[in-house]
Amino acid sequence: MSSLSTNEIPASRWSRIWNSKMGHSFRGNPVAVVSLAIFLVIAFGAIFAPLIAPFDPYDPGQIDIMNSEYPPIWIEGADPQFLFGTDDQGRDLWSTILYGTRLSLMIGLCAVALQAVLGISIGLLAGYIGGRLDSLLMRLADIQLSFSTLMVAIIFLAVTQAMFGSETFNQYAIYFLIAVIGVAEWPQYARTVRATVLAEKKKEYVDSARVLGFGPMRIMVRHILPNSLSPIFVISTVQVANAIISEASLSFLGLGMPPSQPSLGSLISSGFDYIFSGSWWITAIPGVVLVVLVLVINLLGDWMRDVLNPKLYKG
Amino acid sequence: MSLLSVRDLTVKFAMRDQTVTALNQISFDVRRGERLGIVGESGAGKSITGFALMNLLSQPGYIDSGHVMFGGEDIVRFSDAQMRRIRGNRMAMIFQDPMVTLNPVLTIGQQMVETLRAHRKLSRAEAEQISILKLREVYIPSPEERLEQYPHELSGGMRQRIVIAIALLLDPELIIADEPTTALDVTIQADIMDLLLELCQSNKVGLILITHDLGVVSQMTERTLVMYAGRIIEAGPTRQIINDPQHPYTQGLINALPQQTLPGHRLKQIPGNMPSPAALPAGCPFHPRCDFAVDICRRVRPEIMRFAEVEIACHEVSRLHGIPYKEESA
Repeated sequence: MSSLSTNEIPASRWSRIWNSKMGHSFRGNPVAVVSLAIFLVIAFGAIFAPLIAPFDPYDPGQIDIMNSEYPPIWIEGADPQFLFGTDDQGRDLWSTILYGTRLSLMIGLCAVALQAVLGISIGLLAGYIGGRLDSLLMRLADIQLSFSTLMVAIIFLAVTQAMFGSETFNQYAIYFLIAVIGVAEWPQYARTVRATVLAEKKKEYVDSARVLGFGPMRIMVRHILPNSLSPIFVISTVQVANAIISEASLSFLGLGMPPSQPSLGSLISSGFDYIFSGSWWITAIPGVVLVVLVLVINLLGDWMRDVLNPKLYKG
Repeated sequence: MSLLSVRDLTVKFAMRDQTVTALNQISFDVRRGERLGIVGESGAGKSITGFALMNLLSQPGYIDSGHVMFGGEDIVRFSDAQMRRIRGNRMAMIFQDPMVTLNPVLTIGQQMVETLRAHRKLSRAEAEQISILKLREVYIPSPEERLEQYPHELSGGMRQRIVIAIALLLDPELIIADEPTTALDVTIQADIMDLLLELCQSNKVGLILITHDLGVVSQMTERTLVMYAGRIIEAGPTRQIINDPQHPYTQGLINALPQQTLPGHRLKQIPGNMPSPAALPAGCPFHPRCDFAVDICRRVRPEIMRFAEVEIACHEVSRLHGIPYKEESA
């Protein structure tokens, strides 16, 4: 037994994950396996978009207006070099979708990272310190939640667009989007983390950490936070899906990514004007990609919630 | 000079509509290397005493008055930062249930190294070396491998040994053990107690053993405090308290032990329950359950008095020693 455990530890991180409770549950759940596979394919396409895409949709030199509105290749009248056809400006839709997915995913992940940083710190402080600080922070969260995310985002983005002019705005649109989606949704994290911390801090390992002379910072970050990760994981998947949708909605409304650097949402939006003239694919194909992306993330989140259910998990 | 000297320690809990006194003017001493037992029923204030000594009462509890002199300094007045340097370092605490006192997501090694490095300037490797030595001291087989393991991979007895090893990591002068074996199997209880006794004796560590098990107290400790409803009602050398209890409550506790009853007979018990600290009766808090209660016990709270080696708070005992009832101390 002794040689077994010492020899295996460095090499077996992957096999430990594979053989863990989560690994077993994952393999036994075809929905989760398929969802993860699809998600990985989309993520792979997004990450390696510059290598995969046949055209660079950001390079005006590669775009020819004469190529506009070719249908996808399985429809009559298509140009074989454009897999999914072209949009109204003659951009290859396949390449644009790859780049757009990249932007959508990036905005989604960065916004959620920002939400998580804000929400987790605030939730930890509120839950661990409690008292007046807790009331204050949670009332702030309530106020924040009483505005709809989209309303806050629309007001903020419309004002910044007016302030900076649309050229500057378009240049920095991605940062504005991350900031506004990130800030608008922190209470989701803060509330979840606070609730978990309230439960965790009553456990005896926290008492014993205090008895060992650890300071509140260390107890919060190193002892309570790692024990509160399950709900954070679950909420993160849902939040990534939500952030991608928020970004798409804002872009669709013309407050997000500019048409020259389209995300999935602005692509759907730009095709919307042509949907009745027969060029349905400019909206429909990115729409399908968006729906599939959000769906698989949500399915993964559902699976994770089932696995990390504290009643099943901690027993 | 004593290592720990508690004087008139009073702990209160600020509840919504009233303030409840959970510890009432507790005084006792622990000498360097001495082992002291604190016994009493649930709710007598034993665990609160432990936390109060660590200055770690959580809301809404607070130290209302009194002093805790530790190594010559009054730690009641210490700031949280000063207190943190003492906790774990010079004064350690062991809790009841080793299943929940170790952090489930950190390995044993991480928890030990973290504890060491929080108090001493040590490299990770040095800290690991010390951890291995300490694990060996508590008879953990192949300690190098234990460092890599998580608490759930170990048995209850093993975990409590590790908890003890962590408590001893920084060579504290005093260990407060709050029912350290209650959650363990009977067979392991004895092992853990022997280990604790051996380590305290060999390292000259003071021990405060909080328990409701008189048998454990008699084996482990030199002096014993009996607590009832937040007060000390009897204190003295363990041998004397076990063999010749004076206070009716202590007598009741000892008579309630199964060994004191013939086979086939009902166990003797103390009738009634301990009063809630929020609704203490007037006079002696024990009088509603006491066979010897007389009129004065219902009116006047007995002061703790010294009779030779033992201190007792009981009117009846005082009377037997020829001290008349004191009417004015109401």
